[in-house]
Amino acid sequence: MEEKVIVCKDLTKQFGDFYAVDKISFDVSKGEIFGFLGANGAGKTTAMRILCGLSYPSSGEATVAGFSVRNQQESIKKNIGYMSQKFSLYENLSILENIEFFGGVYGVSRKDIRERSDKLIQDMGLQKEAKKMVGSLPLGWKQKLAFSVSIFHRPKIVFLDEPTGGVDPVTRRQFWDMIYDASASGITIFVTTHYMDEAEYCNRISVMVDGKMEALDSPANLKKRYATDSMDEVFYKLARGARRSGD
Amino acid sequence: MRNLGFLLQKEFRQIFRDKTILAMILALPIIQLMILPWAMNLNIKNINLSIVDNDHSSYSQQLITKIGSSGYFRIISADRSYKEALEHIENGSSDLIMELPSGFERNLVREGKQTIGISVDAINGSKASIGGAYLASVISDFNANLAINEIKVPDYNTKPTGFMEITFSNWYNPLAEYKYFFVPGVLVLLLTMIGGFMTALNIVREKEVGTIEQINVTPIKKWEFILGKLIPFWIIGMIVFTIGLLVIWAVYGITSLGSLPLLYVVAGTYMIALLGFGLLVSTFCESQVQAMFVAFFFILIFILMSGLFTAVQSMPAWARIISGFTPVSHFIKIMRMIMLKGSGFSDILTELGYILTFALVLNALAIWNYRKTS
Repeated sequence: MEEKVIVCKDLTKQFGDFYAVDKISFDVSKGEIFGFLGANGAGKTTAMRILCGLSYPSSGEATVAGFSVRNQQESIKKNIGYMSQKFSLYENLSILENIEFFGGVYGVSRKDIRERSDKLIQDMGLQKEAKKMVGSLPLGWKQKLAFSVSIFHRPKIVFLDEPTGGVDPVTRRQFWDMIYDASASGITIFVTTHYMDEAEYCNRISVMVDGKMEALDSPANLKKRYATDSMDEVFYKLARGARRSGD
Repeated sequence: MRNLGFLLQKEFRQIFRDKTILAMILALPIIQLMILPWAMNLNIKNINLSIVDNDHSSYSQQLITKIGSSGYFRIISADRSYKEALEHIENGSSDLIMELPSGFERNLVREGKQTIGISVDAINGSKASIGGAYLASVISDFNANLAINEIKVPDYNTKPTGFMEITFSNWYNPLAEYKYFFVPGVLVLLLTMIGGFMTALNIVREKEVGTIEQINVTPIKKWEFILGKLIPFWIIGMIVFTIGLLVIWAVYGITSLGSLPLLYVVAGTYMIALLGFGLLVSTFCESQVQAMFVAFFFILIFILMSGLFTAVQSMPAWARIISGFTPVSHFIKIMRMIMLKGSGFSDILTELGYILTFALVLNALAIWNYRKTS
């Protein structure tokens, strides 16, 4: 049996009488690319923040890399990478300085930081920009860099919250190549997206509607079940019933 | 500990990259210390005086010359009537009217006494009362001299009158210069601004930009993050303090009478307290605008209630209690004690204890209220 790196059971997050996340249950296996879909306001980000140890669940249980989201958040944080919707590298630090800082606080040794960042700069073709402030880079590069930084310490799982929002199609394609590479090296990818072509790249996808998980399967099976040949249609059929909208 | 190293490296890189902040750090102490002590002067000088002399005698001329040469008054008009002089008060060009009645000299010589009318524009209360008092003291001095000049005819029917003379000696500030009182206070003002605003704004900025979430998802511990913010600003505060001490030595020739290391110990403790205040503000605020307003609100009260500009002793009892709850008031007190009086460690122990308590409580609250997981 494959190793489960995320196990989620009846996970709920309640704000007053509003259920942002309503009893969701699912597993994610090691090395899997797990797509987390849903309309704006469906509760994706809230669920993801709980799994990353940024937010306490109201009820239910989940383990990430074997640690509980209820009381072992700090252990979870050592084993994951996280890239939020908002670009969150330091704009007034250079590419190398950002890598050094985030690598450092995740416990990568100074020697490894140097070696890995050299290789990273080479692979991304950023030799000329390495000492430039991150704020001056175009958005596409920023996003690729943020992803590279989030997996720099070789976490077990990386959480990506709409990583390709506002990015051009060519860069998006390159971005997904990077995701595949990371997945091939054994990192589990947990990704939210609004692009249905990206959903097709995932091994399995789940669709959240109004805080509940309405579907969970491979893209091919989902299309079969909803008797259509596009993910757009699948998403539309599921999300149409949503009462909540907006972020 | 390793994380702290990376945090400090990052923080210093960012601070030194921000040229505006860096310029402020250097310019703030120099400019504040060069300008404020001169402008914020409570010694009252240049009181505008209108004189109505109805006597035109040699005594009245002597008195007017004496007042004019005292250095406190500027005689702006010699009016023919009280009514005319009052117009100067009404249009604001004059603060005081002194009216000498006709027969001033005659009454002084013959009857040995004469009443003089002084009218004061009391809109600026302190200027009015101090100006009135100055004028009264110049007149009484004139009075005493008159008595000496008088040729005394021995009069065996009157008993000799006792004469009481009061002399003052100003300790610790012999010339009673307001500058000496105020300069240590400006140093306090500097540390308060840096400690109170810079940390608060810095952390809230990370919240606004979203980088704090990236920090919260790393294994960095709470105390590491907070120390990573405290230490750089503490160092900056101490640098500013040092620049400040150099400026007041170079410009005013003021050096601390008391021990310099003790001064640094107190300033260092105070800085921790104020940084704790800034941190606490930042944990409650979501935007820099909020943080600015909240910090400004408190720091304004801190400074106005601290005894920097006015004497805490003359505040009403309830205000003195509030004043005791601001770290600034204790620090100002200690600064003046060490710098002007040369007080030692045992003299300032109680006040230092208060500052230390503020440092511990504010920082503990800040750490308690900072949440990596919400």
